Amino acid sequence: MSNRTKNILVPVIAVLLGILVGTIIMVASGYDAAAGYTALWNGAFGDVYFTGEVIRQVTPYILAGLAVAFAFRTGLFNIGVEGQLIVGWLAAVWVGVSFDLPKVIHLPLAILAAAAAGALWAFIPGYLKAKFRVHEVIVTIMMNYVALHVTNNVIRTVLSEGKERSENIADTASLRSPFFEGLTEYSRLHWGIFIAVICAILMWFILEKTTKGFELRAVGFNEHASQYAGMNVKNNIILSMVISGTFAGLAGAMEGLGTFGYTAIKSGFTGVGFDGIAVALLGGNTAIGVVLAAFLFGSLKVGALNMPLEAGIPNELVDIIIALIIFFVASSYIIRWFIQRMSKKGVK
Amino acid sequence: MEYVIEMLNIRKEFSGFVANDNITLQVKKGEIHALLGENGAGKSTLMNVLFGLYQPEQGEIKVKGKPVNITNPNIANDLGIGMVHQHFMLVDTFSVTENIILGMETTKGGVIDIRTAEEEVRKISERYGLAVDPQAKISDISVGMQQRVEILKTLYRGAEILIFDEPTAVLTPQEIKELIQILRTLIKEGKSIILITHKLKEIMEVCDRVTVIRKGKGIGTVNVSETNPNELASLMVGRDVVFTTDKSEANPAGDVLKIKGLAVKDSRGVQAVRGLDLSVRAGEIVGIAGVDGNGQTELIEAITGLRKAESGSVKIKGKEILNLTPRKITESGLAHIPQDRHKHGLVLNYPIGENMVLQTYYKSPFSKSGVMNFKNIYDKARKLIKEYDVRTPNEFTPARALSGGNQQKAIIGREVDRDPEILIAAQPTRGLDVGAIEFIHKRLIEQRDKGKAVLLISFELDEIMNVSDRIAVIYEGEIVAIVNPKETTEQELGLLMAGSKRKEAGEETNV
Ligand SMILES: Nc1ncnc2c1ncn2[C@@H]1O[C@H](COP(=O)(O)OP(=O)(O)OP(=O)(O)O)[C@@H](O)[C@H]1O
Ligand SMILES: [Mg+2]
Repeated sequence: MSNRTKNILVPVIAVLLGILVGTIIMVASGYDAAAGYTALWNGAFGDVYFTGEVIRQVTPYILAGLAVAFAFRTGLFNIGVEGQLIVGWLAAVWVGVSFDLPKVIHLPLAILAAAAAGALWAFIPGYLKAKFRVHEVIVTIMMNYVALHVTNNVIRTVLSEGKERSENIADTASLRSPFFEGLTEYSRLHWGIFIAVICAILMWFILEKTTKGFELRAVGFNEHASQYAGMNVKNNIILSMVISGTFAGLAGAMEGLGTFGYTAIKSGFTGVGFDGIAVALLGGNTAIGVVLAAFLFGSLKVGALNMPLEAGIPNELVDIIIALIIFFVASSYIIRWFIQRMSKKGVK
Repeated sequence: MEYVIEMLNIRKEFSGFVANDNITLQVKKGEIHALLGENGAGKSTLMNVLFGLYQPEQGEIKVKGKPVNITNPNIANDLGIGMVHQHFMLVDTFSVTENIILGMETTKGGVIDIRTAEEEVRKISERYGLAVDPQAKISDISVGMQQRVEILKTLYRGAEILIFDEPTAVLTPQEIKELIQILRTLIKEGKSIILITHKLKEIMEVCDRVTVIRKGKGIGTVNVSETNPNELASLMVGRDVVFTTDKSEANPAGDVLKIKGLAVKDSRGVQAVRGLDLSVRAGEIVGIAGVDGNGQTELIEAITGLRKAESGSVKIKGKEILNLTPRKITESGLAHIPQDRHKHGLVLNYPIGENMVLQTYYKSPFSKSGVMNFKNIYDKARKLIKEYDVRTPNEFTPARALSGGNQQKAIIGREVDRDPEILIAAQPTRGLDVGAIEFIHKRLIEQRDKGKAVLLISFELDEIMNVSDRIAVIYEGEIVAIVNPKETTEQELGLLMAGSKRKEAGEETNV
């Protein structure tokens, strides 16, 4: 079997397995599986409103998935997408509420602020890895908590006076699209999906077509050979994290400028950044794969909301089914990843 | 029951490319059986089939007369087959014993019983004269020792038949002598051995019979006592091979590489190169002879920018390059055939074609304003693959899938083709077949005759004597003598390399 067919087959089988085990669980706990899945489908595609919501949900998933995938392809494991997303969200809203500018300046500025914040948040683990060989997984996990608490504090003290949420952003900084809203019976679908798709194309282009991508991937595969070839290993490690963080920050902008239009104190993580890991794995860490996987995840997430309503299946069970799909996908890829890591280290 | 191993009419394909075509190999009990063939002939592939790493498309394998189906290495282990691979498979951060028991740990109440294992390893090590410290960490021991750990690994698993894939390619001459001793001990203890090597001398010295394969096809099996190196070489290549390289007198001109007072520390912080002086002139090949571990590696790494030097000066055509980045040094006209092709030479996951532009990808015509031009890259790769006879299914094959010797040829092609002012060749012919060695030596001499400088580092005195115009002997991080290869003998070199008193006469001969 060629690698290509394997890469397509593995996620498809994983999804089917997830659905199968989900069925068994539903039946075993006395629910009608057929009705459950029908409700899931209807909840995602039964109505243009739902479809609009699916695409809205897909948008940050694509960007979070790209962030994880980009790092992964260059030999880094960015677990910090969640934190980079949160600071991106905050930065976007901050710019969105603080300035009074024409839209052509204000919106791009807010988006750029989110990208820069995400990039900065990823720069720190990148720098520590490049300079002091600190493993990026540990630092990025810690940075997630730092992001959560710092942003909460900023929201409470700077963006509001001790309140739970910020003001709404100015219209000039908003990604909301009355046109899409009209088209989808007032779903929250916004312009961000274009940004996400452009970023997917960008990631593909950078990795596959540019000399930088050639360097970044080479460093991920073999640092010694990259150094021998005259590439700057440290800078490339940092750059890889920064690009990854940029995508993550943009995912935050989608939430701040598109879906919500404000930011609020969070008691826990949004989960989008962590789902991004599953999206990247399911998508085989390629741009097109990430877009498709994000689509699947968005559909499940939004469609699942309908399962309790239409089929009386409890939310918890829905979460279990989604988790199962992720489990099957992730386990196959994690096994592959481990084999690759081990053989790389082992061969002397 | 005459044969311990019989591989009959084996065929192995890689997506249409036939690596083994109807090959038969029969090994008798208690013999050392050589497997000989050019780079890419299919030797490693055949052994990987025997070891259960590859499944043959066709053919039969018998162990001690019984037909077997070896679908994975565990089955090979159970059948008493052990393999010491061309590229070692050890976990660097583990101890010797941990590596050996990996995958078959003995436990006591669910906890790994490392004490008993260490004792066992020590016993086996003593029995076969391997002198391995069971507690040493892999990253702290020499390549030769690592190889012994691989041998121990197979013996620990109860191997009766041991496969050695080019074991001597990574060893120093002294280590080779010791390995040969070990092979003899193994035979005495009732083992059978299959030995892959390109060194005809070794075959003549230790082997009983030799099976020759050429381009994936079996050519035949001969008794070593009834053959000679020349016949073996021509059987293998399909034409006559000359062993010594003809070359005209060197016409050296001005200094290209000038090293003064170079001091470098090794990774542990020990002074490895101590105030070394050396110059290589345009139009000459300088060979560095020395026992491994006398600062050669650190010297090369400092010249090429892979390691920071403490002090001193390294100039290329008068321009100081000490402690510049590898990129700047490369652009000053230096090319480097690295000692460790897997660590430095190649990005194994990249196609061999993209490895051909590893240092030049950012330049025209391989890219333009930061965008790669893959058409030009692969055109170039095809040209180099043809010119340097790199045997690969095509230019898109990952470098990992090339045979060891062909990986080496690809690197040499890439480096020589850049037409550098100074070419640093560290063990350039390691793992190459005699035909390829002849070819590479010619290219080095050609480079010299074009008026370029070549610095050759090799542990093989034959190679140093044959190819160099001047020989610099390195001992404890210093050049202790410069001798003319025509006026010296291997004995004299050997003494100098062992540090026997600096040769005052060295100053007279051609500095
Ligand atoms: N996994 C693989 N996929 C594709 N081609 C392969 C693979 N492994 C080996 N080959 C090809 O099969 C041929 C034989 O390779 P093999 O490694 O057996 O050669 P070899 O005789 O051991 O050579 P060397 O002396 O250089 O080590 C080579 O041309 C190689 O490119
Ligand atoms: Mg081989």
